[in-house]
Amino acid sequence: MTAPTGPRPRREVIYRHAFLVRLTHWLNALVIVLMIGSGLNIFNAHPHLYWGQKGDSYDQPFLSIGAVDRGSGFRGQTTIGSLHLDTTGVLGVSTDNGQTLRKAWPSWLTIPGYQDLADARHWHFLFAWVLVANGLAYLAWGLISRHLQRDLWPTLADLRAIPRSVLDHVRLKHPTGEAAKRYNVLQRLAYLGLITLVTLMALTGLTMSPGFDAFAPWLLDLFGGRQSARSLHFIFASGIVAFVVVHLVEVVLAGPINEVRSMITGRYAVPPDHNHPGA
Amino acid sequence: MTLITRRNALIVGAAGSGLALSGCTKIVMGDSLTRSAGFQRVLANAEAWTLSAQRFLLSGGAMAREYSPSDISEKFKANGTLYPGGEDYEDAVLENFAGWRLTVDGLVTRPVSLSVAEIRRLPSRTQITRHDCVEGWSAIGQWTGVPLGLLLKTAGVLPQAKYVVFHCADNLEGEPEKGGMQAAGQYYESLALADAVHPQTILAHAMNGKPLDVGHGAPLRLRVERQLGYKQAKYVQRIQVTDTLSGFYGGKGGYWEDRGYEWYAGI
Repeated sequence: MTAPTGPRPRREVIYRHAFLVRLTHWLNALVIVLMIGSGLNIFNAHPHLYWGQKGDSYDQPFLSIGAVDRGSGFRGQTTIGSLHLDTTGVLGVSTDNGQTLRKAWPSWLTIPGYQDLADARHWHFLFAWVLVANGLAYLAWGLISRHLQRDLWPTLADLRAIPRSVLDHVRLKHPTGEAAKRYNVLQRLAYLGLITLVTLMALTGLTMSPGFDAFAPWLLDLFGGRQSARSLHFIFASGIVAFVVVHLVEVVLAGPINEVRSMITGRYAVPPDHNHPGA
Repeated sequence: MTLITRRNALIVGAAGSGLALSGCTKIVMGDSLTRSAGFQRVLANAEAWTLSAQRFLLSGGAMAREYSPSDISEKFKANGTLYPGGEDYEDAVLENFAGWRLTVDGLVTRPVSLSVAEIRRLPSRTQITRHDCVEGWSAIGQWTGVPLGLLLKTAGVLPQAKYVVFHCADNLEGEPEKGGMQAAGQYYESLALADAVHPQTILAHAMNGKPLDVGHGAPLRLRVERQLGYKQAKYVQRIQVTDTLSGFYGGKGGYWEDRGYEWYAGI
């Protein structure tokens, strides 16, 4: 091994994430995993989705996960509209500890792993409180400190830069230097999108409650009925899963150690700008 | 319609080797945690917050939405017990519930005993409401019945009363698709007095303009419209006013409550 020649350029380190952002970020990450896991266990009690006020086994679902007897054994079948997909192994029929189970979502995705609507509801409603409290703390702090207005709300220049930002993301080109010190426009829109999705999750969740509907019947009109709210709850949850996937991919592409460290300690090493050394 | 037969539960048979994760699902998926006493206490606390929040929001006596006749489900799923066993109920069906009597007793000044015919002649309320099952499905039906508040007023509720317990004629064996504890037992339910005297809380004897059928709880069932389906006790025989739920069956205030579900089923 030969020693590297020349002085290694010192990277500029900035304080990027405030303590409250870091705290609420990790709490939110944990709670979202628990909410999705317990939500899927609850979903398994009636794995069909409908539009409108009502929907039971006499009505036509637009999405259904079940098991069909093919004579040679049960196969998992997911039906979306008129499309029938064989999803054996994951959806409809799956194995857990060597046992073949007929359940919509497999044990390794649900909390608890065993099927129990009562226990899953307890998890869901405990962490729903944490999700809402954590979200409100973040929003209140974000507005007061102007973090939301300054760092997340896109400027007109940001919006004009959307096509360019899309191209940069597609080319896996990440901002460097001064540009890396602020959120790019797609980041801003993605984070605002996540805030919107979590808010909609809370509202569609409450719309499924017969008690809350008596208190706020306008929610039924907003979402088009209790069954529509239930379906939207699932669709918005899918949106959150999509966000998490893209978010994690971007963290890996942008430099996982630097990115994760910045969300733990707050300190972020700015990627040097090669075009303008010393910038 | 359900593809999962009751008896076979969820286990179809052994096949293949387990998933890589399956060995640790008990830890990773919180199975052991769920069953630990400490975590059960945390869950119980969260349920208490949820109950208080719902009580606070509904303290103004808010009404559940009532729908129009065109919203009524063509077919309304009957759930839980579809036909109570036993010779007594069989005989009651054969004689069209002519000998069925409803008693209201417990902490009241004047215990009441009424035949179904007498109940049908009492002032009634008709409401088209949505039935929300804890599993997630909903159906809309029209219910006609006597306001429970009227029955309780007739009987004269004593000042120390807190709850109303509904004794039902059906013995339910459980619903394996829900998972969890599924021991058979006598169906019963209970309400806080405040919910029992809500104007939409009725003892229904008719559904969609016809006498209640057996699947939906003939001859009398409870409708308590701001709560989930399992609170809507069917085959009601006796209404007992009490100051504690601890002496009844599992002590949690209902068949499903004794099997882990929330007593205040508002969400």
